[in-house]
Amino acid sequence: MQEQSTYNYNVVRQFSIMTVVWGIVGMLVGLFIAAQLIWPELNFASWLSYGRLRPLHTNAVVFAFGGSALFATSYYVVQRTCHARLFCDRLAAFTFWGWQAVIVLAAVTLPMGYTSSKEYAELEWPIDILIALVWVAYAVVFFGTIVKRKTPHIYVANWFFGAFILTVAVLHIVNSAAIPVSLTKSYSAYAGVQDAMVQWWYGHNAVGFFLTAGFLGMMYYFIPKQAGRPVYSYRLSVVHFWSLIFTYMWAGPHHLHYTALPDWAQSIGMLFSLVLLAPSWGGMINGIMTLSGAWHKLRTDPILKFLVVSLSFYGMSTFEGPMMAIKTVNALSHYTDWTVGHVHSGALGWVGMVSIGSLYYLIPRLYGRTEMYSMQLVTLHFWVATIGIVLYIAAMWIAGVMQGLMWRAVNPDGTLTYAFVESVKATYPYYAVRLLGGLLYFSGMLIMAWNVWKTVAGQKAVDMPVTAAAHA
Amino acid sequence: MDVNLMRSIITTVLFVVFIGIVLWAWSKGRRADFEAAARLPLDDDLAEQQLARDRRVQQ
Repeated sequence: MQEQSTYNYNVVRQFSIMTVVWGIVGMLVGLFIAAQLIWPELNFASWLSYGRLRPLHTNAVVFAFGGSALFATSYYVVQRTCHARLFCDRLAAFTFWGWQAVIVLAAVTLPMGYTSSKEYAELEWPIDILIALVWVAYAVVFFGTIVKRKTPHIYVANWFFGAFILTVAVLHIVNSAAIPVSLTKSYSAYAGVQDAMVQWWYGHNAVGFFLTAGFLGMMYYFIPKQAGRPVYSYRLSVVHFWSLIFTYMWAGPHHLHYTALPDWAQSIGMLFSLVLLAPSWGGMINGIMTLSGAWHKLRTDPILKFLVVSLSFYGMSTFEGPMMAIKTVNALSHYTDWTVGHVHSGALGWVGMVSIGSLYYLIPRLYGRTEMYSMQLVTLHFWVATIGIVLYIAAMWIAGVMQGLMWRAVNPDGTLTYAFVESVKATYPYYAVRLLGGLLYFSGMLIMAWNVWKTVAGQKAVDMPVTAAAHA
Repeated sequence: MDVNLMRSIITTVLFVVFIGIVLWAWSKGRRADFEAAARLPLDDDLAEQQLARDRRVQQ
């Protein structure tokens, strides 16, 4: 038997396990701050106060949970579809340990109150530099693997992962440009409305490329894999990719409707957000139609359920998003809990479920098994999570529209009908339903953790040999 | 050259490039290549099954 090289599954295993761990941590913080909105007494220490924990929650779920899932799946997919071992094991190991260091630093500094106060980019400049180093290493490992590929084509999932890596590098470096005044304090390099526009150019493209393009890479690999069929239309996937790339960059100004941002910029943001509906739904249809002829599998396969329902939430939130970007709708929805509901329909429904489905496919294969320890528990996780999301977003929709209507209501004499605090009081029941929804989603993650533990405990880590050339 | 003229030209060029990509993706010549690319994630399954069979034969 000839000596064969293997795929680097080690770094994939590390990131996969940490995805589950950080998912639990991030969602637990989310639960705590949701409870704080109902019981303000829970703000009993400054480092446990809502204002400090909220960025910790967003950073933990987006960059620790979502980020680890993206590292794990992109490293797996690029190797499997390029028929090549990951470029430079040491650099890959650096991305794992470096990323974990960033997460730990965030978990320490944010509760201490160190923040640049830029949403989704709160971390102070020394951590920003570490992020930039890890990200450049990530790009070298990923594109290095593409360069040494043994296959003639670069599979479409890798295009999405590649765009995500490149764009996030540019976004992070530009938006984090700052003038440090001490080790823990810096001021943005931009001022006034330019600062706001750079921030939301970053912020919306973090959604578009971190939370969308990368996860679409997962979709284009794991749905065909689990369904056992090639993607519905490869040419549609090519157009899907380029239309997303050409339009996403312009949508950021919809976060700044009715602000000091020039009106024409707001209108461009609104228009491009509406155009985005086309590529988003093109991609969703492409993913769902991959199951045509294999629909019966959906009845019995909980992993496919996760993946297909994630696409349904993707379709829903990419319809809702453009609607909310219309100025007149935004006048009602902005600053209300509707926005929170929209974000969580995307985050829990799309990003969370596609990651969880992919991990349920991935984890047993990294430990030499073909299936998770218990597929019944995967089914249970699916239903608990789905019911949790529905409760969460329905509560936030009602709360948000109600808040928007109460804030804009005026008496015949022109005075406001409601004081702000009255809208807060009216929101209490919905906060309780939201907490319940979050609790369900979180308990799903605990079920997953138990299932993962039983799947990997006592199993030997297995590195598959690199796929031999098909024509050899 | 006026900077706004430059911006208009770049936007127009990018739009034409995008139309070109759409036409290219839907051209007949791409079909075979795209089909091969779409098989990429599934082909390694076959290779893996082959490997498992080989192992059984060896044992």
